[in-house]
Amino acid sequence: MNGLAILIPVALLLGLSGIGAFFWAAKSGQFDDLDGAAMRILIDDEDKPDTRE
Amino acid sequence: MNAPAAARRPEPLTTSTFAVEGMRCAGCIAKIEHGLAADNDIATARVNFTTRQVRVAHLSEIDPEAIAERIRALGFEAHEAQNERPAGFTDESRKLVLALAVAGFAAMNVMLLSVSVWSGADGATRGMFHWISALIALPAAAYSGQTFFKSAWSALKRGRTNMDVPISIGVVLALALSVYETATGGIHAYFDGALMLLFFLLGGRFLDSVMRQKAQDGITALLRRLPNDALVLGKDGTTSRRAIDELAPNMKLLVAAGERIAADGVVLSGESDVDRSLVTGESDAEPVVEGSEVLAGTINLSAPLTVKITGVGNDTTIAEIARLMESAGQGKSRYTRIADRAARLYAPAVHSLALLTFAGWMIAGMGLHASITTAIAVLIITCPCALGLAVPISQVVVTGAMMRKGIMVKDGSGLERLARADAAIFDKTGTITIGRPLVTAGMPEDATERAALLALARTSNHPASRAIVCTLGDSIDAAEASALQEVPGKGVCGIVAGRKAMLGRPDWVGSSGHDGSGTSFRLGDGPVHHIVTEDQPRPDTVAALARMQRLGIGCTMISGDAADPVARLADRLGIEGRARMRPEDKVAAIRALEESGHHVLMVGDGLNDGPALRAASVSMAPSSATDVGRQAADIVFLGDGLAPVPMAIAAARRTMAVVKQNFAMAVIYNLFAVPLAMAGFVTPLIAAAAMSGSSLIVVANALRLRGAAR
Repeated sequence: MNGLAILIPVALLLGLSGIGAFFWAAKSGQFDDLDGAAMRILIDDEDKPDTRE
Repeated sequence: MNAPAAARRPEPLTTSTFAVEGMRCAGCIAKIEHGLAADNDIATARVNFTTRQVRVAHLSEIDPEAIAERIRALGFEAHEAQNERPAGFTDESRKLVLALAVAGFAAMNVMLLSVSVWSGADGATRGMFHWISALIALPAAAYSGQTFFKSAWSALKRGRTNMDVPISIGVVLALALSVYETATGGIHAYFDGALMLLFFLLGGRFLDSVMRQKAQDGITALLRRLPNDALVLGKDGTTSRRAIDELAPNMKLLVAAGERIAADGVVLSGESDVDRSLVTGESDAEPVVEGSEVLAGTINLSAPLTVKITGVGNDTTIAEIARLMESAGQGKSRYTRIADRAARLYAPAVHSLALLTFAGWMIAGMGLHASITTAIAVLIITCPCALGLAVPISQVVVTGAMMRKGIMVKDGSGLERLARADAAIFDKTGTITIGRPLVTAGMPEDATERAALLALARTSNHPASRAIVCTLGDSIDAAEASALQEVPGKGVCGIVAGRKAMLGRPDWVGSSGHDGSGTSFRLGDGPVHHIVTEDQPRPDTVAALARMQRLGIGCTMISGDAADPVARLADRLGIEGRARMRPEDKVAAIRALEESGHHVLMVGDGLNDGPALRAASVSMAPSSATDVGRQAADIVFLGDGLAPVPMAIAAARRTMAVVKQNFAMAVIYNLFAVPLAMAGFVTPLIAAAAMSGSSLIVVANALRLRGAAR
């Protein structure tokens, strides 16, 4: 019973934080261009700063 | 990588959005973004591939039209979008997906607690678990059930019922009963059932809304097909550029060769050819002389014209077509989706059964509490999950299959209407045919002549010249030609290697025995070549039409073209053809068919087909269509062939068959479940198992449609 008293709130909190993350992602436009996101991985980035020393 | 590069300068920036056509791959995205951002007056450019739009942040002093021009220079058709469509997820889908997430999270957690209760927790533990369930379920249901509650409430206010009414009543009653049970220390709570119901149904709704927006493409503004400004000839002989909304009747316009005409009018001086295909669907350029009428949106091909304006803005033919389109959309709005028709039967049946159960148990003397409990169990177990999922899941699976074949369905009701179609009307130019003339006969064989011909054809915008250039292509180099000039309404002539070369109307070039149609070519005093150009049917037209016949659909071809070419093509394809159809004639033809009890499928591409596409029960357009055509159609198909049309019909019919099977399964399931519930045998555990079971069966059956697009 003591274990439950801790574990149930913890489980709910974890779930809630997951939902919160999902809400944030949807609201901040992460899903606005899914087809484009799939394509963008193929674009060669030429304007990336050269990090080699 | 995904973050737009930081603005390079602190000046105030304006954001404009452009609809871009012709993006196909990652290379296109990179080309546009890098191409635009390379300019100093543009800070960032961000492509949204899903909506085919580009958002550009630029210095406020550059005109958006100039940016559109730059995008065109990169090789993509672009025009400024008037209002940016909310990208990817529309507001509706976004709300639904968030509600779905909440319902899913709550249903899972409550289910875990419920499992503990079912496996034997009792006393204080059970009480606590029920309270925790209530704590999760009530806010979650309040949030994620909004869609249903709102729609049910508005239906009830108008004294009607829809699918959402039984859902809302079931959910609210189940929650209320569960809270009461929890408070009085009862053993059965239905929190999990209520949430699961919401979760499954939201899943169906979400799939439905995603499907609706998936095939929506670029933004259309009909009147954006007109130029933004025009060159006006003032009374004192000076010319000035005026914005299109400043034009008024009786003004004089100067229209250069190759320019789109900005208003309806009458030609005052000049001779030229006009490409009217956008408005009338005619593929052949029409010669105009002094006194001819010209229409806004058509293109002046060969020589400058002075035009006296007779109609501007809302008085133009193009605006008339827009109004016709608005009024033609009535037939579609009258269609009721199959799910709603099912709901009309379902809701009263379920509610009367629940009421009957309650009354029966009261009469049997079981007491108020037991009677209400049983009645609510009936409401829950006749869960409309399967009904709510049956249609969307089938349609989502099949639209996925069709999309892989290059057929994009804009919304589910389009599929339902397509399955009922029993007559098809095809537009000719651009739908049955490719939409641009190709050379079919009469090209000179001699290399010198061919080189001279290419030199002449390259200088003109006339469709026939373009077809000749297309045919000769890269096979030869053009000859050196001098003194090239275009004689309006006649053709092109020039001097090639000291000999006069002429390309144009047969009577002008000097051939006889031709009826003035087609194009003749002559080099020096050599033979006259009569070059025949024709708009060719798409390669698989015959096979596609044959398959339409096998599906039991009678086909007709209608066209704005002259009677002769229409009759020739109709004979060749073995279908009925009607010529000289204006947009309103097309609508009338469709209305006549619809009134005689047919469900018409209209396949068309042009602006002139827009009203007809809207008037028919269901409509398809090739992706090469004008954006008006694509916007007006329910279904858009890619590729060069007509095969997608019968394929879509076959797939739609199979979908409806599966939907009906799913309904039948839901009914059979209820036939078993309802008597059990009415007898009072149903516990929350049985309800949960039965509900998920029926939904799974429906989904599994719908997955059989994965290969339906054949």
